[in-house]
Amino acid sequence: MDFRFTDEQTMLGDSLARTLERGGDAAAVFELGTGAALLPEEAGGFGGTGPDVLMVFRTLGCAAAVTPLLDSVVLGAGILAAAGEGALAEAASTGGARIAVALDEPGQRYDGTVATRADRGHLTGEKAVVHGAEDASHLIVLATDGLHLVEAGAEGLAIRSYALIDGARAAEVTLKETPARRLGDAALLDRPMAAAILALCADALGVMETAVALTTDYLKTRKQFGRAIGSFQAIQHRMADLLTEVEQARSAVWNLAGHLDAPDRDRHVAATKSLVGRVALQVAEETIQLHGGIGMTEEYELAPLVRRLLAADARFGDSDHHLERFIVLGAA
Amino acid sequence: MDMSFSPDDRAFRDEVRQFLKDRLPARLSDKVRQHRELTKAEMEEWHAILQERNWLAGNWPREFGGSGWTPIQRHIFEEESALAHAPRVLPFGVAMLGPLLQKFGSREQQDRFLPRILDGQDWWCQGYSEPGAGSDLASVKTSAVRDGDHYVVNGQKTWTTLGQHANWIFCLVRTGPAAKPQEGISFLLIDMTSPGITVRPIVLLDGTPEVNEVFFDNVKVPVENLVGEENKGWTYAKFLLTHERTNIAGVGFATSGLAALKRIARAQVAYGKALIDNPLFAARVADVEIELMAMSTTNLRMLAQAAAGHAPMAESSMLKLKGTQIRQAINDLTRRALGPWALVFPSEALEGANDTPPPGPAEAAWATRAYLNNRKLSIYGGSNEIQRGIIAKSLLGL
Repeated sequence: MDFRFTDEQTMLGDSLARTLERGGDAAAVFELGTGAALLPEEAGGFGGTGPDVLMVFRTLGCAAAVTPLLDSVVLGAGILAAAGEGALAEAASTGGARIAVALDEPGQRYDGTVATRADRGHLTGEKAVVHGAEDASHLIVLATDGLHLVEAGAEGLAIRSYALIDGARAAEVTLKETPARRLGDAALLDRPMAAAILALCADALGVMETAVALTTDYLKTRKQFGRAIGSFQAIQHRMADLLTEVEQARSAVWNLAGHLDAPDRDRHVAATKSLVGRVALQVAEETIQLHGGIGMTEEYELAPLVRRLLAADARFGDSDHHLERFIVLGAA
Repeated sequence: MDMSFSPDDRAFRDEVRQFLKDRLPARLSDKVRQHRELTKAEMEEWHAILQERNWLAGNWPREFGGSGWTPIQRHIFEEESALAHAPRVLPFGVAMLGPLLQKFGSREQQDRFLPRILDGQDWWCQGYSEPGAGSDLASVKTSAVRDGDHYVVNGQKTWTTLGQHANWIFCLVRTGPAAKPQEGISFLLIDMTSPGITVRPIVLLDGTPEVNEVFFDNVKVPVENLVGEENKGWTYAKFLLTHERTNIAGVGFATSGLAALKRIARAQVAYGKALIDNPLFAARVADVEIELMAMSTTNLRMLAQAAAGHAPMAESSMLKLKGTQIRQAINDLTRRALGPWALVFPSEALEGANDTPPPGPAEAAWATRAYLNNRKLSIYGGSNEIQRGIIAKSLLGL
């Protein structure tokens, strides 16, 4: 029973935190070797375990940093490595290539329904909310027969990009007889998707920690009725409940990190995403309430944190979706 | 990071399981599983079985006759005991007074009282709460006035768990004037057979007389029964309260309770299908199971910290809060799973004069008792509101 990180993991976390504190951008984050830390050795990296993912993404979340690491490396390079595309996976892990993964389609809601068809090396279909599509050098597209690789600028590929609430960008992607190369079965997604959900949850944990710290400071300094509002019991008890829930979220993230390559991984994915999604929304709503009006302003630094927490629940299946998954897995 | 138990700990778990399989009498575990009242003799029987193996005082160092277990080993023992429906080790002597005497008691007090806790000669109860001192424990009024080589004690204690069986009680008493309520309190060991002590049972809403009122009317207590220094009792009481919280999460109880809940929900049928397949009920059960998975890891994280020498403070308040919420949620779902049978009054059904089994599903009567009895979880050991105050003050510095 050992909950400690390795020295390498701690060192990477520390230098990543320092880089972000100095205002380092995505390029600076790649330069630290963060991408390689998210990939296993056989894919050209030096990590990729649950604790590696936890350390990196909790740190990114604490700083609310926007990077392509989740989509391009954990998910994109993870799929490529599993498909034996080592060179491209390695390029993605250093930031040299940028991968977007197109899974969802219009008209479906977390149910994995796919209508996009492959026909003699060409894809036709529509993909929804594809993160990082406009900056991608390659897209990985899920079709009825499995996963395919599409190059940016390929014929028949149309990308309509838009901003997301968490500062990232996504796109509606249309493919019309677009040339593509098949990578393999949809099952190639399983481990990278579990790792991506861990990354998202660890990121949310970091965001929650920052939001709670921000709120604590505010409660100590904001005065009403002649005293700090944090001295009121109604406020204290809400904050104590919130901290207790964040502690639950922390343990849920640790559970998934510790079981990412265990036989019961899927059960932990469902449990963790369900719990973290629920707590993320609670932290978002409570920290606004505890701040009062200032917590609703765009100018104040809580705003991006709250929106990032909403995004964490809504991506890859929300808390209800994963609660249902947990029930189905338990009955099987 | 390695979330699995070490080979030594796994071997210890096997050893505990085997011991429980070999030595836990089925007539005891049956009663525990059904939440039926154990007699004094039955509780003493289990203590003796544990002590024979030197496993009664897992939290005591070996020099005092304990098992000298690590925090992880204690957790494993508590978890396996709960899963096997073993009677609990009574906390008053072993978990509370023992560590306190080891830290603050005189050599004479240690030699006199510690062996008698282990061999079962003494049954201790806790004299803390009073009618006017619940969460506000520092406002105790029971007085001890020095008279030669004795204190004369007057007052009343309440919520004294299993005090009806006890021959000794440790008490917080007021011995001196106090500028602050926490001052002037002393920690006194009192022989329950002393003249002037009256014990009156309080029947709880589940029908059991689990707790008592204890009245002191000019009770003479020898001064050598004072623990530590006069008027320093509050310090000792606080120490004791942190020890009371070592197994505060109750992971083992929750785990065995959840297994029972699922068993019942699989057996209960509505609209032609098992209750566990009802989406609404299944969601409620899954919710609590997911919470338990996380809380259990929080507990292990705290144990790992404790093993590394870091004493958990506010973190144990979080465990108490979450742990009791989860256990009460499981109790509630179990009772609700039984539908109308949950109306059967536990006392008559479980401890009635005749030998006929309780009506309805076998679990019905105890499910209601467990629900009613475990309302206490969020009240005792510092109510959950007190815990929230501790979390806010120590973690937030508010």
